[in-house]
Amino acid sequence: MSPPLDTHPGGLCAGAGVKISREDVLRVAELAHLELSPEEIDTYRGQLDEILTYIDKLKELDVSAVEPMAQGLFSGSSGNAGSGKAEAHPELREDVLRPCDVADPVLARAPEASKPFFRVPKVIER
Amino acid sequence: MSGATNGAMNDGAPWTIASVRDALAKKKISARELAAEFFTLIDKRNPELNAYLTLSPERAYEQADRVDAAIARGESLPSLAGVPIAVKDVISTRGIRTTCGSKILGTYIPPYDATSVERLEKAGAVILGKTNCDEFAMGSSNENSAYAPVRNPVATDRVPGGSSGGSAAAVAAGLAVVALGTDTGGSIRQPGSFCGIPGLMPTYGRVSRYGLVAFASSLDKIGPFSGNITDSAEVLSVIAGHDPFDSTSAAVAVENYPAEIEKPLQGIRIGVPEDYFGQGIDPEVKEKVQAGIALLEKLGCRRIPLQMPHTDYAIAAYYIIATAEASSNLARYDGVRYGLRVPGNTLIDMYRKTRERGFGAEVKRRIMLGTYALSAGYYDAYYLRAQKVRALIARDFSDAFQKVDAIITPTAPSPAFRLGEKASDPLEMYLADIYTVTGSLAGVPGISVPCGKTKTGLPVGMQIFGPHFRESGVLQLARAFEKSSGFTV
Repeated sequence: MSPPLDTHPGGLCAGAGVKISREDVLRVAELAHLELSPEEIDTYRGQLDEILTYIDKLKELDVSAVEPMAQGLFSGSSGNAGSGKAEAHPELREDVLRPCDVADPVLARAPEASKPFFRVPKVIER
Repeated sequence: MSGATNGAMNDGAPWTIASVRDALAKKKISARELAAEFFTLIDKRNPELNAYLTLSPERAYEQADRVDAAIARGESLPSLAGVPIAVKDVISTRGIRTTCGSKILGTYIPPYDATSVERLEKAGAVILGKTNCDEFAMGSSNENSAYAPVRNPVATDRVPGGSSGGSAAAVAAGLAVVALGTDTGGSIRQPGSFCGIPGLMPTYGRVSRYGLVAFASSLDKIGPFSGNITDSAEVLSVIAGHDPFDSTSAAVAVENYPAEIEKPLQGIRIGVPEDYFGQGIDPEVKEKVQAGIALLEKLGCRRIPLQMPHTDYAIAAYYIIATAEASSNLARYDGVRYGLRVPGNTLIDMYRKTRERGFGAEVKRRIMLGTYALSAGYYDAYYLRAQKVRALIARDFSDAFQKVDAIITPTAPSPAFRLGEKASDPLEMYLADIYTVTGSLAGVPGISVPCGKTKTGLPVGMQIFGPHFRESGVLQLARAFEKSSGFTV
């Protein structure tokens, strides 16, 4: 695994050096459960490199005093509602059990099912 | 308008919600006959446009018959009774195939309706079918659909925009009166601009997303395409409002949008950020939007110059946040419960083969980018930083709305480009969203309205942003502009 981006020499200069290696692509593909062809590995390496170089412009900004905004409405952004509408809170309903009628149609259309289960290939080796 | 005139017509004009209502009330046509007229036109034009992926005549005629029976009984009709609509194929429809433009869901049939679909049908709308889109709504041209691209009805060698290209093309071609789209970074507004029709992105939380197949959960919104602003307002009135099945839907009162939008423009302050007219904008787009702003001033708006200094960072922040969320949301497609399964020797082997075969190139690219940005050692440098920049962009908007009631910009830097023109360069394609992603990140409502055409006849869109939950103000400006500009479908 390669080091975090900040330690890449020349990483702050657009187009300076490679940000993402073939090994990075393989590592990420494994994390994402993607089985890439050799051509895809090469293509994605180059494209991700170009995109990440562009994204480096985020480093031009000083964000040390900024709270991250994780949601469009509810967290870290309450002061951002231009209309000042404070009533936009998440409305959580009571967590009560209710019948779920979709199990049968869902299992009927599953790739492989054995009611009430989905069937998958062997998970435990020994 | 060359492209629009082959669609369904009512006395030589495209159908609107009002004209459907009137024709049904006067018994000039039945809801069943109207649906049949649209299906006939779809059969004729869809082979070329590829706007629809799946038609649902059985469900449409059942609903039309219910409307006709209500008319026969002399009942008062709900607001969308008999109105033929199309639904983007990322929105779940019970019993109707919902592919998300992906091979991985090629045979997926949802067991339930999205809340927005349920509300439209309860209001009498007739669902004609499901429209083509970029795979999982990832794209700006509709060329990322696993089921071939959509063609722009205005100029068929051009893209309709994306990702809701099928919905935009269907309405622009008169193959639906209105359509639902979804907007994560511009996917309603940009195709609206490219196809020359209004496209509305409501406030984040305004419309329930229950049943919307998730792409980027902090950004996804459902909204309408229509032939005119009044119809956008009518549809929003039906689909807006809190839903107990979506905890991110807001409990903010829904306004009577069709009534609100007819109010006169009096002393409305419009902000025009210089940052949206700089490098990279097509000169004809710039000229048309400047002329549109001048018209708004003539209608009584006061123009106020604005600085939105973080605009230039929006694409970079957006493509980290959206892809990070996508990599998480799309982890569910593993061949276990629904859709495609490619057999493997082990569970992991099955996951990998299924996802390799089921996902297209752009979806894989975004999953890779998002996974990278979230992976150990990179989270702070990319994802966390992007969320902080997002807060700065949102602050640009909240600061602006202290001074102005609406922000006016171009919708896209260019008119519709040619099929294939940007397909080989993902970064260039991402930059097509440069004016739309800002409002997406801030969660504010925005609309693209037709703002004239280039010399070669390609539509140009003007974008209007408003403060959170002020769709009525956005639509009011759009309606006044539509009335005075004469830029209608």
